Amino acid sequence: MKRIYAREEWCLGCHLCEYNCAFANSGLDTMTKLKGIKINPRIQVEENDGIFYAVSCRHCEEPLCVKGCITGALSIKDGVIHINKEKCVGCFTCILSCPYGCIMPAETGVIQKCELCQTNSKGSPACVSGCPNRAIVFEEG
Amino acid sequence: MGINYVYPDYEVIRNIDRCIACRVCERQCANEVHHYDKELGKMTADESKCVNCHRCVSLCPTRALKIVKTDHTFKPNANWTGETINEVYRQAGTGGVLLSSMGNPKNYPIYWDKILINASQVTNPPIDPLREPMETRTFLGKKPLDIKRNADGCFDTNLPPQLELSVPIMFSAMSLGSISYNAHKSLAVAAEKLGIFYNTGEGGLHEDFYQYGKNTIVQIASGRFGVHKGYLNTGAAFEIKMGQGAKPGIGGHLPGTKIVGDISRTRMIPEGADAISPAPHHDIYSIEDLRQLVFSLKEATDYKKPVIVKIAAVHNVAAIASGIARSGADIISIDGYRGGTGAAPTRIRDSVGIPIELALASVDERLRQEGIRGNVSIVVGGSIRNSADIVKAIALGADAVYIGTSALLALGCHLCRSCHDGKCNWGIATQRPDLVKRLNPEIGAERLVNLVHAWEHEIKEMLGGMGINSIEALKGNRLMLRGIGLNQKELEILGIKHAGE
Amino acid sequence: MYREGEVRIPSGCAISGIISRKGKNICGDLAVKSISIMHDRSNGLGGGFAGYGIYPQYKDFYALHIFYEGNSAREECERFLDRHFDVINLSKIPVRKTSKITNEPLIWRYFVTPLPTKLTDSQLEEKEFVSRSVIKINTLINGAYVFSSGKNMGVFKAVGFPEDVGEFYRLDEYEGYAWTAHGRYPTNTPGWWGGAHPFAMLDFSIVHNGEISSYDANRRFIEMFGYKCTLQTDTEVITYIFDYLVRKQGLSLKDASKVVSAPFWSKIDKLPQDEKEKLTYLRNVYSSLLITGPFSIILGFNGGLIALNDRLKLRSMVIGEKDDVVYISSEESAIRIIQPNLDKIWSPNGGEPVIITLEGGAV
Repeated sequence: MKRIYAREEWCLGCHLCEYNCAFANSGLDTMTKLKGIKINPRIQVEENDGIFYAVSCRHCEEPLCVKGCITGALSIKDGVIHINKEKCVGCFTCILSCPYGCIMPAETGVIQKCELCQTNSKGSPACVSGCPNRAIVFEEG
Repeated sequence: MGINYVYPDYEVIRNIDRCIACRVCERQCANEVHHYDKELGKMTADESKCVNCHRCVSLCPTRALKIVKTDHTFKPNANWTGETINEVYRQAGTGGVLLSSMGNPKNYPIYWDKILINASQVTNPPIDPLREPMETRTFLGKKPLDIKRNADGCFDTNLPPQLELSVPIMFSAMSLGSISYNAHKSLAVAAEKLGIFYNTGEGGLHEDFYQYGKNTIVQIASGRFGVHKGYLNTGAAFEIKMGQGAKPGIGGHLPGTKIVGDISRTRMIPEGADAISPAPHHDIYSIEDLRQLVFSLKEATDYKKPVIVKIAAVHNVAAIASGIARSGADIISIDGYRGGTGAAPTRIRDSVGIPIELALASVDERLRQEGIRGNVSIVVGGSIRNSADIVKAIALGADAVYIGTSALLALGCHLCRSCHDGKCNWGIATQRPDLVKRLNPEIGAERLVNLVHAWEHEIKEMLGGMGINSIEALKGNRLMLRGIGLNQKELEILGIKHAGE
Repeated sequence: MYREGEVRIPSGCAISGIISRKGKNICGDLAVKSISIMHDRSNGLGGGFAGYGIYPQYKDFYALHIFYEGNSAREECERFLDRHFDVINLSKIPVRKTSKITNEPLIWRYFVTPLPTKLTDSQLEEKEFVSRSVIKINTLINGAYVFSSGKNMGVFKAVGFPEDVGEFYRLDEYEGYAWTAHGRYPTNTPGWWGGAHPFAMLDFSIVHNGEISSYDANRRFIEMFGYKCTLQTDTEVITYIFDYLVRKQGLSLKDASKVVSAPFWSKIDKLPQDEKEKLTYLRNVYSSLLITGPFSIILGFNGGLIALNDRLKLRSMVIGEKDDVVYISSEESAIRIIQPNLDKIWSPNGGEPVIITLEGGAV
């Protein structure tokens, strides 16, 4: 299955992926409307000492988050881990269990995670298409 | 400040309604123009540092930025322009030589744009390249004057060494050091994919790129940096660099700050030492010396590789080329005065040399008059900007062209002409690792391949329009060209008629 | 108004040719009859013929056919000829006055052989000596133009329709083993006899229908080797190319055809190694002699004819056979009119030379 891979070698730490992610999941019609909003993206650039790479959900084959979900809000469909926000009670067990730190609280009190832009209007990962240096790729593993 | 103050050339215009303060501009500007002001809660800019490279403009996700030329002005003066005045201030302040990068930007005539191409009508059908074969394959190298036959009467098909090109386009010499590892890698990978050649320039060949040897022309310049037997044997051809269009008559200087790590190892000089290429080759003070170097190189490599001699287009270029054609060289490459550079004294770049169009026309004609055009192939560079320039160059008599600036543009260069600062925001003319990584060679090579493919398509369309189905039949076919707005002397040198004739 | 040679004039045309493989005599009026049926392919601005084997009594001498604009040009040229050649015979070429052919120049014929001392001094091979002399006359003597210079062959051409040109030159009185014929349709009015076809150099003569797009590339290359393209016509440059490749470079006619009408790389790349190497070699070494654009040509030489099309076959050309006689023409009609009962008739592929030689070889 196609997954998002971060290529540290080419990541410039420009953080554009975060803005593209935030915009893709915002439902807004133009990125300009992110003005004044502190974004809370599902992908985050880790950086230390001149090394950068973007981290987002790995869509693990045996995901601890799904196992640990107490309400069944997290589920796997065709290899992609989705979140049903109606079912999520905000217990954050998934956040604690994810070894990569790829799940985070959403502003609404439940959790949010990368769903490969399948559930928003983009259709395919916005972080990938917006990366200026092909440091994030969406490909067969 | 005070007497030395020069008002910035450019202004950064930020549309504050669009700016979301994502700080991409700040992170991507190696010149530190942009800054997020926490107190104001918004982005600010110090335009005095801006070189107008468009990195911030290109990466801004909300199109909030543009760079404009300042309208700050001196009292208008057609003779003493603002640029001229400021240059005097700068030199009066520093006592230094003015440095510039990339090709001559002055408003001299561009002859390519005063030449028009023919097309077939009625008496001769245009050919549709989508339906009929259209050939762009070219061989560079010496052609024998007479054929030889073996004892059985068959042709002896052993020719002097030749370079086979799928399209008559090569990437010009740009040294590792003047451009980055990733830029070199992009050129090497693209050359291999395209079935053409790139050129190492004078900085040697990085060991990682030996694998692209069969698509590599290795250069031997006056500094002889990185030249050794392995280097010579790896390349498909050698280029002896006698001169460069951007700075005829002078050598080169890569500052010690750029001689780090791989660059130092590849050039075979100590880290931090300035790499100074002398103005002449100190073993070539005349044409007979050149002949000796040509044959030394041939001896060293068993006469298996063609030798290119590269010269800058200067006033007596035709006579010089004629000498080179008799020196044993297989290919002459001529670099016009608009050719690019990583750094050159401004006055030399802007005032020395002649246009490649005129140099090419006079060299080709001279070699034909002397009956020695077959001794050498001619490759021209020095501002080949598009496929029409290539068609015109070949019709004037070139066998192939070198593209340098166009290739760099494909890699992202925005012609800010600040290469000599070493802070190229596009990862091309820099050795700073954080900047070098901005050029992903996977993308770079892809874009170079795209560019050459696009030009190849256009060349085929133009050939077809002329009723020609092979690039060979365009070579020196000056009847396919007409001049526009040129005087009698210019037409005479170009060897073409005026439009309407 | 520029004269031919001062300006390049594109033309459409009709061509035809006949050859008897057994070397039997064919009367010139047959060639006239063949070309005249294609009247609409010419416009009266040029017609001409080349006959091979027409001067058996002088077959060891170069037959020079020369146009003169006046007697002073003739006198100057004759002085030149006397200095360089032994002139065995000279006369006006007999013509039949017709109202359809006007403004004729003086038309003279000389049978010559190079003076042995001059030839030795020149250090040139005999044919090269003759060809350089012809080029010298045509470029240096104003008003003189040599339009035929081979042995046992001759070119007859004029401004007019080809059938009238045949009548004018009394071709019904000549017999030869091969004939080529040409009717011209220039898009401009040259009004000059030298510009009519065939174009000839030594034994080579060419009739051509087409407009080659590689002209200036070919011209500028071939001019490096002592040729001067004074007429700026395709026919002239193609003749020089064959002369260079066959006479000077020693290529066979077939290989020379593969140079001017080269197979495409896509085809060469798929050939067996030795064939591929040979064709790659030829295309590389003689890259500037590749001819592109439409052409159908009939090349006459001592002992045969070659028919050749451009590699895309952008001009029509058919070939017919009856017993030992081979007919070549732009249109089938021009063959049927002189031989209705053919053994076979076909249209050769682009770039495929059809070479017809006398059974006994060259004469």
